[in-house]
Amino acid sequence: MRRDKKLTALVLLLLFIHGVAILAGFFSPYSYREQNREVPLAAPTELRWVDGRGAWHLRPLVESPIAGGALVPLRFFVRGSSYSVLGLFGSDLHLFGVDEPHRVFLLGTDALGRDYFSRLVVGAQVSLTAGLVAAGLALTTALSLGALAGYFGGFIDSAIMRLVDVFLSLPWIYMLLAARAFLPLDMAPGTAFFVIVVLLGLLGWPAPTRIVRGIVLSAREREYVEASRGAGAGHLHLLRRHILPQAYSAIAIQATLLVPAYMLAEVTLSYVGLGVGEPLPSWGNMLADLPRGSLLGAEPWTFAPVFLLVGVTWLYHSVLSSLGDHYSRRNLGATT
Amino acid sequence: MVFHRLLTVGFIQSSVSFWIGRIAQALCALFAVSILAFLFLELAPGDYLDRMRLSPQISQETLEAMRVQYGLDRPFVARYWTWLGAVVTGTWGYSFAYGIAVAPLVWGRVMNTLVLGASALAVAWALALPVGVWWATRRSTAAGFSMGFLTSVILGFPELILALILLVLAERSGAFPVGGMRSIGAEDLSAWGRARDLLWHLVLPVTTLALPAFAMLVRHVKAAVEDVMAETFVLNARALGVTGRRLVLHHVLRPAANPLISIAGLSVASLLSGSFIVEVVMGWPGLGPFLLEAIRARDVHVVIGGVMCSAVLVIAGGLLTDLVLYLNDPRMAAR
Repeated sequence: MRRDKKLTALVLLLLFIHGVAILAGFFSPYSYREQNREVPLAAPTELRWVDGRGAWHLRPLVESPIAGGALVPLRFFVRGSSYSVLGLFGSDLHLFGVDEPHRVFLLGTDALGRDYFSRLVVGAQVSLTAGLVAAGLALTTALSLGALAGYFGGFIDSAIMRLVDVFLSLPWIYMLLAARAFLPLDMAPGTAFFVIVVLLGLLGWPAPTRIVRGIVLSAREREYVEASRGAGAGHLHLLRRHILPQAYSAIAIQATLLVPAYMLAEVTLSYVGLGVGEPLPSWGNMLADLPRGSLLGAEPWTFAPVFLLVGVTWLYHSVLSSLGDHYSRRNLGATT
Repeated sequence: MVFHRLLTVGFIQSSVSFWIGRIAQALCALFAVSILAFLFLELAPGDYLDRMRLSPQISQETLEAMRVQYGLDRPFVARYWTWLGAVVTGTWGYSFAYGIAVAPLVWGRVMNTLVLGASALAVAWALALPVGVWWATRRSTAAGFSMGFLTSVILGFPELILALILLVLAERSGAFPVGGMRSIGAEDLSAWGRARDLLWHLVLPVTTLALPAFAMLVRHVKAAVEDVMAETFVLNARALGVTGRRLVLHHVLRPAANPLISIAGLSVASLLSGSFIVEVVMGWPGLGPFLLEAIRARDVHVVIGGVMCSAVLVIAGGLLTDLVLYLNDPRMAAR
């Protein structure tokens, strides 16, 4: 029981992080591309609870980097730059901010005076969403192809499994590079993001397909499936109601493996300049912005993407091992 | 019992057909890689001459002549056919940027990648085997739990991050070179001096690659040994008074080897993808940075050559794994 609580806590934490990433526009006080040229490479803005006269404030005061360090109160749910959530609806409401023309930079600014905190949150949106969508794509493909191969068998099965064998022996990062090599280098960031996600999904389906096929193969011989078939159930109904649910635990485990792997793949590609490009931030191109020659000279807060990447990867690994324990205790045969 | 079955005609036939099928599959995979690479190239807009086209000093006629000379005007199938011929003759096509055959260019870089990858694999396995066995025998002690924690922390650090952190540490301490494969003037050293210089440069990239590989492998070793420890024949051996080192070495390790050999084969592939980013960040002159450079220059044949080489490495790793699995337990060919 205690272990299941740990799993729940880890999953909730991950959901929270992904939620923040999806609502990046709301949590970031400014647009990721808004430049404040007069304050490049600013240090993080200090929050204070005591004003100049020594009085305490419940609402933190911000020492504005603009206009000579005046103390201005931090405000919540303010109107600011407009953004859109998942491209579905637009808004201009932000969690926090300060009155114009003052600014609050929680993690300082980059060389162009862009708010580093906002870029970090939007970068999280780009990197985490890339991992999620690519894994979703790969797993959907795996679920349908694996079901086809395992359920119908015969020619379909051997055709799909030969394809899986071929794809499994591909050096995937080099294939990714090759695919990216022949696309224009100066792609618009949005297009580049889309292309990367699709490529990752295309290269990632074989391993989970093999797993799903194995599960479907054994599940279709079960007596309750036979019974349902005898009662006149069609292929689609059998697959949806009786066979594929057997594969869900394996899919969950594959998802916790693939999402961080794809997130890292996006970060790697963007780091070497073949992924999402400026001005759109991703954790990868933010890492690439760290001064290469002297990492020592870099300010500590510019290492924020490092901490976030390590944290998210670690969380996924913990969920993975807890999930493995969880399923093996429930004896659902997590055949990974 | 196993040897008896080995001698039957049916078994030999099935293992011969298994190996023929396996090698055919490897060749198919290589073909698939090359065709995919060429297809990407075909679908992509732009070519090597695009950058020259921007220059006002190069006339349209010259560009046309170069297109013909590089063979960029010919249809897809014809270009693929020419490339296959170049593979057979061993040149692997010509590099636009370097103006020489691709094979020797790529070969030097592949050797550097292999040096790095093989050392990292060797280090990771040399550590993971004893530590994993040790861990499996004391899993519910404090040391066992702290191993679990330690490996999960290591696994939280992607290679890219690990490389950056190690670079910062190296820069701060000054104890290790922060990039490259050889010191300036290394050519003048004796053979022993050159080897020491290479080892010195290997420390950081090998650590970066071997640490996560170790954390992953040690978990697999532990799991495999634990599984075998739960078998009845181990209980039997224990009942007969076999304990400690003798139990592990004589009764547990051999049956625990099978899943580990499969994992060894997979670790070749994952190491190759891991070494790409380490090479780029740490300036190791391997396949990774070379390919990156070729991609930026749109040097088609070099990109395809590099991709093919990495495919050969991964596929050879898979074949080698199956061979070792077969030698350990020939029944695997007769599924």
